[in-house]
Amino acid sequence: MAVNVDARGLSCPQPVILTRKALQEAAGGGEVVVLIDSMTQVYNCTRAAEKLGWQATYDEQGEVFTLTLRK
Amino acid sequence: MAPDALAQVLRPLAEMFPAERYADLLVGLRPSDDAAVYRLGEDRALVATVDFITPVVDDPYQFGAVAAANSLSDVYAMGGQVVLALNVCCFPECLGAETIGEILRGGAEKVAEAGGVLVGGHTVEDQEPKYGLVALGFVHPARVLTKGGARPGDVLILTKRLGVGIITTAFKADQARPEHIAAAVDSMCRLNRGASERVQAAGAHACTDVTGFALLGHACELAEKSGVRLRFDARRIPWLAGAQEYAEQWLFPAGTARNRSAYAGQVRFAAGIAEETQQLLFTPETSGGLIAAIPPDRADGLVAAFRAAGEDVWVVGEVLSAGDLPRIEVGL
Repeated sequence: MAVNVDARGLSCPQPVILTRKALQEAAGGGEVVVLIDSMTQVYNCTRAAEKLGWQATYDEQGEVFTLTLRK
Repeated sequence: MAPDALAQVLRPLAEMFPAERYADLLVGLRPSDDAAVYRLGEDRALVATVDFITPVVDDPYQFGAVAAANSLSDVYAMGGQVVLALNVCCFPECLGAETIGEILRGGAEKVAEAGGVLVGGHTVEDQEPKYGLVALGFVHPARVLTKGGARPGDVLILTKRLGVGIITTAFKADQARPEHIAAAVDSMCRLNRGASERVQAAGAHACTDVTGFALLGHACELAEKSGVRLRFDARRIPWLAGAQEYAEQWLFPAGTARNRSAYAGQVRFAAGIAEETQQLLFTPETSGGLIAAIPPDRADGLVAAFRAAGEDVWVVGEVLSAGDLPRIEVGL
């Protein structure tokens, strides 16, 4: 699985900005994977992605959350 | 710092200085308020507060002015007039004398505009710049404005637009448009002096300023200390241009989630209030306006007084009688 955005260790709103940028570059659709490290970032990045028409699922492993965005 | 954690660390301090032992202490740690108030005589009390912040804008003069207006606001939130101020400075070694001079000039000019005098200060070295003031003022002991006096039926007014928090966050992320930043800086630089005088003249029952805990956090405190509930009308809440656009992009600062987790349990939103709007109402503000509970028969006169002075004011809600949680309702 290719990781498109590694936003671990960054604080708001940087993960959202990086996620939005990756989604805008993949505007045609597909899959974008984002690594983040808190539930707040999961919530914020999910909402930002949904605004752009993407659907989000996440997986938690220890302190790392893998957010998979699809359109 | 998260509001609940702050309350926890302050609790032992309040116990160390029990109010009953200090007859002239009108407002101290418990119940806490925007500033401390200490009676000096029959017709005069001292208002004391300190506040300092990290830069919210790039321009050093503007940063100084915003930080000073933000610090002085706590005196105005208590109904006081500014008398003395002291600089509180944390500057990195690499910051040039010219830049520091501009920060201090921005702050000093605000103190002068407030009618106060800058009399000293203290500087320590720090990696990230921080600036603010110790602000001292006077207030008549019978005219202190606290968070604790709101009565059912009072009208809630707000004296500045909301949104500087998300706009400055968007700015730090290079996402904000210059005209949005300029309006936010203007708003943050504006003293709450005139607003405080008019709110006091209208016989306000309670007052506080809107800063780091956001409109809803500060409203929760006012409601709790007054033993009432508050109802806001979401359609009447005024926003700075750009705030809703950046909310749509979900550029919320970390403080939004902190405030939401601390206060959401006390707030009920009507169905149909967008999630972005809810988030915005939990987003920290810097040098925000006053929120005050005004007797209903004085509200029209207050609005007219603001209009006559060329300043903004909005009626944003009402005070309800005590009841079960939620303390705050946001309606449509």
